Amino acid sequence: MSTDALRAAPSVGTVAVCLCTHCGLPVPTGLLDEAVSEQFCCSGCRTAFAILNERGLERYYAFTDRREIPVRASGRSFEEFDHPAFAERYVVHQADGLARTELYLEGVHCASCVWLVERMPMVVPGVVRAELDVRRSLAVLEWDDAAVPLSAIARGLDQLGYPPHPFRGVARDAMRRREDRAMLVRIGIAGAIAINIMLAALALYAGQLNGMDPAMTRFFRWISFGLAVPAFVWPGRVFFVGAWASVRTRSLHMDLPIAIALAAGMGQGAINTIVDSGPVYFDGLAVLIFALLVGRFLQQRGQRIATDATELLSSIAPLSSRIIEDGRSRELPTDALLPGMVLDVRTGETFGADGIVVVGRSMVNAALLTGESRPVAVSPGERVFAGTLNVEAPLQVRVEESGESSRIARLLQHVEASARRRAPVVQLANRMAGFFVAVVLVAAVVTFIVKWRTAPARALDDAIALLIVTCPCALALATPLSITVAIGRAARRGMLIKGGDALELLAKPATLVLDKTGTITEGSTALAAWIGPDWVKPFVLALEQGSSHPLADGFRRAWTDLPTGVVTEEHHVTGGGLEGVVDGRLIRVGSPRFVRDGGGALNAELQDGIASMDRTLTPVHISVDGVILAVAGLGDRVRADAQQSLDRLRAAGWRTIMLSGDAADVVDAVGRSLGFAPGEAIGAASPEDKLAYVERLKKAGRVVMVGDGVNDAAAIAAAHVGIGVHGGAEACLSTADIYLTRPGLSSLVELVEGSGRTMRVIRRNIAFSLGYNAIGASLAIAGLLTPLIAAVLMPASSLTVVLGAWHGFTFSRDRT
Amino acid sequence: MSVIYVVLPLALVIVTAAVIAFIWSARSGQFDDLDTPAVRMLHDDKD
Repeated sequence: MSTDALRAAPSVGTVAVCLCTHCGLPVPTGLLDEAVSEQFCCSGCRTAFAILNERGLERYYAFTDRREIPVRASGRSFEEFDHPAFAERYVVHQADGLARTELYLEGVHCASCVWLVERMPMVVPGVVRAELDVRRSLAVLEWDDAAVPLSAIARGLDQLGYPPHPFRGVARDAMRRREDRAMLVRIGIAGAIAINIMLAALALYAGQLNGMDPAMTRFFRWISFGLAVPAFVWPGRVFFVGAWASVRTRSLHMDLPIAIALAAGMGQGAINTIVDSGPVYFDGLAVLIFALLVGRFLQQRGQRIATDATELLSSIAPLSSRIIEDGRSRELPTDALLPGMVLDVRTGETFGADGIVVVGRSMVNAALLTGESRPVAVSPGERVFAGTLNVEAPLQVRVEESGESSRIARLLQHVEASARRRAPVVQLANRMAGFFVAVVLVAAVVTFIVKWRTAPARALDDAIALLIVTCPCALALATPLSITVAIGRAARRGMLIKGGDALELLAKPATLVLDKTGTITEGSTALAAWIGPDWVKPFVLALEQGSSHPLADGFRRAWTDLPTGVVTEEHHVTGGGLEGVVDGRLIRVGSPRFVRDGGGALNAELQDGIASMDRTLTPVHISVDGVILAVAGLGDRVRADAQQSLDRLRAAGWRTIMLSGDAADVVDAVGRSLGFAPGEAIGAASPEDKLAYVERLKKAGRVVMVGDGVNDAAAIAAAHVGIGVHGGAEACLSTADIYLTRPGLSSLVELVEGSGRTMRVIRRNIAFSLGYNAIGASLAIAGLLTPLIAAVLMPASSLTVVLGAWHGFTFSRDRT
Repeated sequence: MSVIYVVLPLALVIVTAAVIAFIWSARSGQFDDLDTPAVRMLHDDKD
């Protein structure tokens, strides 16, 4: 049993901070219960702890590396998971009678998550097997569907803090897995053969220097030949298939010259083996096949993740919605909503469709869709959109547009279209290698023609020697290897880079477009100003404790260590604020108008305070027994490192533009304070505007878009490089090329600087391998290429490139 | 010197066995997820 609930925590003032037994975060004073040893920061953690205890899974608390996130169970019934339509799409019935599905889990982090998710068979009886792929947050579940419905398993995961979503890419995933496995097998075979042929070649070279029995020489040559044939027909086949496709479609592809070189070398090598004279090229060919396959595999893996784009985006709209039919409410899959139905949306829920409010007044947080940081009041007759959040009071909404035609779905279609339109990645290495191979082919032909006239006996040998020795072995490895190393290092520093091309595009300064809410600012409401006596605070906190309003959240987060009073009466005025009796005194907290309506006026000190307050903040007035005593300013704070980071980027030559969906006056104020040029801090931009703006900028040059919300997703996908920042919508980030897991903009600076260094390492590597090839080619043309020189040059060039990629300074090597 | 005529084919047989083992492991999906097993082995399990 864990006892770290009461582990000595840093004390703030005189109040010791007590940590939650489950997640290890401070427990709000109001929830402290002195009588028991376990303390919880929220009911979610309490439930999760109870489940773990009941099922004998307390060992979870022995992990030192636990996730420090409060359990936010969505509390949904997940009824739709049992729907036949759901089962048909996502559930596979296996031969052994078990059902199997893949679920995408939110909130998966580290070792403890793997442990816990894989103990699902103990948490929900009937589950037979649970396996978690921690990098992709994907869980494979097998269960007996006669014993337990999938919805019960989903609820179990949800209660532990991993709300599940159906994984919509099962078929494509299976295909990729097959491709990956086939590729690995090819690399394995090519590698094993290449190494063994090299060993045989070493014996032959040694024999040439020191003399060797002709029978032995013949034996080794035939062994090499015998080994080369399988390397050729199995792993090497991909190049011939690619070359043939390139011939048929009449487009030039890198496979074509490679296939020619392979076929020519193999043919000549076979003839030389049979007639027992002249060089055999099998060692070079086998290594070439191996190196090319490895390079291709690394590259393909990187690009693969980049195309995962829109998968997760669709998980934003809720899977199920409650509709009201004949006066009763029932749950329905969101896909089944039709115009005309009436939705019942409770406080804290997300709208499942676009519609018009018919009953109720509330505030709607559309930050995810539009970037507007302040909730907007809605009343009957006004529109609300799917994917936005109802924060204040229950609403009934008549569905106007649902599914594919909702605003968010149309936005996602933009994202997909932009992602598809993005030009196929033309990588530096491919361009170089194509050019390089063309030059080599021409050189080989010229060598052959010239030699044919002067020394016909050596013409073919020298031409083929040239083809083999200059094969773009090191060249094919230089870029993928450097990029893979850089991406690995960057990942340890909290920058997840999905495609190597992003590094290339970030290496030189261009236009940088930044979203405001959540990117430059913290993206959540925080208490930024307080004018008034401190003794009022506990009263405010007591009232706000039970509210789901974002402003209430700001108070709660600012004053986690304050005691709270006892609320004896409380009611909530929509669009106004809260009124209640705390410790016998009448307290009002809310909009200036609402509080002033309760009587009282502002004193001179408060008036001065308001006048000097930052205009981007939302003012909240507080009155005690009818007298206004305090004013609080809540707003979205600019990140601490924003100014410094922006200055550094500007100094490096980047043009910075702020593009936000937030109100123009707020954006203006933030823009001025951070030194954006006039006209380069643009507010009130809808997601569609952002997309159009980025498209327009793209005509003038490279555009990098940084954002966090769904409202940025289309623009992120359209930009040359899209970057998602920490804390953004988990789903939206999947469209970005790069995801920064550390909060703040300083990692953006590090990313840009690291990209530049990576490109320098790559260029240096390419220069090295070109140098080697130039020497090899000149020797071959001059007819001086002895097998020994070839044997030294080939591995030396590859080795230099590997060492260069590994030791080149790209991203700092320490873990954060 | 003729021992090489025996040893070399023998070496090739061993290499073939290793390659077959590799093909089997790749096809049974042992290289599909390279991150989770690294984490999973930290759980010393009694259950």
